[in-house]
Amino acid sequence: MRFPLKIAWRFLKSGKGQTLLILAGIAIGISVQVFIGLLIQGLQTSLVDSTIGNSSQVTIESRENNGAIFDYQEKEDTIREQIEGVEELSPTLTLPAFISLEEEAESALIRGFEFEKAEGIYGFREKITEGTLPENSGEVMVGIGLAENLDLEIEDVLEIFNFDGDQGDVKITGIFDIGVTNLNESWIVSELQTAQEIFQREASVTAIEIQVEEVFDADIIGEEIEGLMEDDVKVTNWKDANQDLLSGLQGQDISSIMIQIFVVVAVVLGISSVLAISVLQRSKQIGILKAMGVNDQSASLIFLFQGLILGILGGLIGIALGLLLSYSFMIFATNPDGSPVVEIVINYNFIGLSFVIAVAASTLAALIPAKKSSKLQPIEVIRNG
Amino acid sequence: MDSILTLQNIDKVYGRKIKTQVIFDLNLEFNPGSFNSIIGQSGSGKSTLLNIMGTLDRPTKGTVLIEGRDTGALKKNDLSKLRNEAIGFVFQFHYLLPEFTTLENILMPQWIKNKKIEPEIQRRAEELIEVVGLEKVKNNLATDMSGGQQQRAAIARALMNRPRILLADEPTGNLDSETSDSIYRLLKDINREFQSTFIVITHDKKIAERTDRIIELKDGRVYTDVSQK
Ligand SMILES: Nc1ncnc2c1ncn2[C@@H]1O[C@H](COP(=O)(O)OP(=O)(O)O)[C@@H](O)[C@H]1O
Ligand SMILES: [Mg+2]
Repeated sequence: MRFPLKIAWRFLKSGKGQTLLILAGIAIGISVQVFIGLLIQGLQTSLVDSTIGNSSQVTIESRENNGAIFDYQEKEDTIREQIEGVEELSPTLTLPAFISLEEEAESALIRGFEFEKAEGIYGFREKITEGTLPENSGEVMVGIGLAENLDLEIEDVLEIFNFDGDQGDVKITGIFDIGVTNLNESWIVSELQTAQEIFQREASVTAIEIQVEEVFDADIIGEEIEGLMEDDVKVTNWKDANQDLLSGLQGQDISSIMIQIFVVVAVVLGISSVLAISVLQRSKQIGILKAMGVNDQSASLIFLFQGLILGILGGLIGIALGLLLSYSFMIFATNPDGSPVVEIVINYNFIGLSFVIAVAASTLAALIPAKKSSKLQPIEVIRNG
Repeated sequence: MDSILTLQNIDKVYGRKIKTQVIFDLNLEFNPGSFNSIIGQSGSGKSTLLNIMGTLDRPTKGTVLIEGRDTGALKKNDLSKLRNEAIGFVFQFHYLLPEFTTLENILMPQWIKNKKIEPEIQRRAEELIEVVGLEKVKNNLATDMSGGQQQRAAIARALMNRPRILLADEPTGNLDSETSDSIYRLLKDINREFQSTFIVITHDKKIAERTDRIIELKDGRVYTDVSQK
């Protein structure tokens, strides 16, 4: 094994121009493959994040519309104990209601949370544009859209009611911007207890909202949770509700894979054609080596090793270039506020895979030249001078 | 004395559709340690015969025995091993590997054996370099040497594994007469020192006359076979 490696290395070293050319080809191909892969992954992550990063990914609700769940504390404990991969659990009492104005009424959605738990999902603290979180009973904060539409300000008092005859007055302590227009225009957020008092729903919630560690496992975790729950509740997950997004992502995945495959195929074709030429160029050397007793296997290994070495070096350089491209993209392609257009995250598994692909593809590309080298008869070279 | 290399009833036919027979029922035996020359007109079949003796080419018919072993019955890899260990080649076109230095080219047969280069082997290579007078250029790439120097390096390379048989096809064919003279003297010295069997093709009668035995080929047959001394 040492001998073919030695010859392979020397052949590569003495054909510097050619070697650098192939290396550049592999490196550029792999860098594009890495960059596109990471970019698409980054795009998808930010798309998924903006879609469901600040919302419930798995939701437990009563089967009855707006029905009450009384044993929510118990359910929470069960899930925390028995289900893995759950990151946030937050009970909420969420009911539609109206704000009475002078002559008419504006519809709104009252959302009562235990803020400590809801914070992990919604991050309200950071989203308050004015005022503070409602801390006491009878305090609320309203979405920025609602505040603008109704001309609301901090300290204003709102009268809330519904057609079941529930009603109550609440004081605005804060205004938030959650980033989604129709939520900003309809949400009134309070402590769980405040909502329970207004709607006279003591000790109950309408839903338990959950975020999971791996967002794409939401359906699996949802099913596991459903298995633990009694029949009076139903469990939904974001994937069921976002089929369009999912098929969009899948389409993106496929096109990204196609691009990567074509890049790799181009790399393979490039290497194998250059190596094929190099077998022709070195047929004299191969012939003479065989005359001196190099066997067919070693003769083919000389070219396989060249492919392997090119793959390893080209792969490493390509990955470095790809990462550089990705970082540059994050630094130079920015939003007006300076944040990157796409947040690219280094996925080590993906990069490892790219390296394996580079090495495998290069070795594969060396297969035909290796075969040629193995088939070469020394007598052909010696007879023809 | 047992023959080290025996050719029995060798025929060689080139071509499939249009067949040209270039060797006809040829029989030869070579004694260990002898210095043999093969002469004959261009096209008489000398190179064809030498390549058959070196197992680089197969005869159409007949048997090649090397040290009593029938080479036709050997597997490809065993033939490679035999070539590496028992036979040294010097070709008309020296065929050094241009990617390697003189010293590396000379060590090549040992590398092929996949042996670590022991100090003793290194010394042997250095000695051979001295014998062929290439000390000054031993670290030059093969391409940075004159034709005569390259041919000397090729001879040193052929001797590296202490082959029992050395085959040379017009080793001085494209060298000036002074250089070729010195190379023959070198071959002669080495033949005496290492006791290998030499079979050398030459078109130079004067050189042939200085060998132990002259075999003349004509149209693929042994025309004369003269042993001297
Ligand atoms: N590959 C080949 N195919 C057909 N004829 C060949 C081939 N090689 C050699 N010959 C013919 O065989 C004859 C002997 O050639 P060769 O052994 O090279 O002779 P020499 O070395 O004595 O000049 C020549 O007539 C040559 O043309
Ligand atoms: Mg000839």
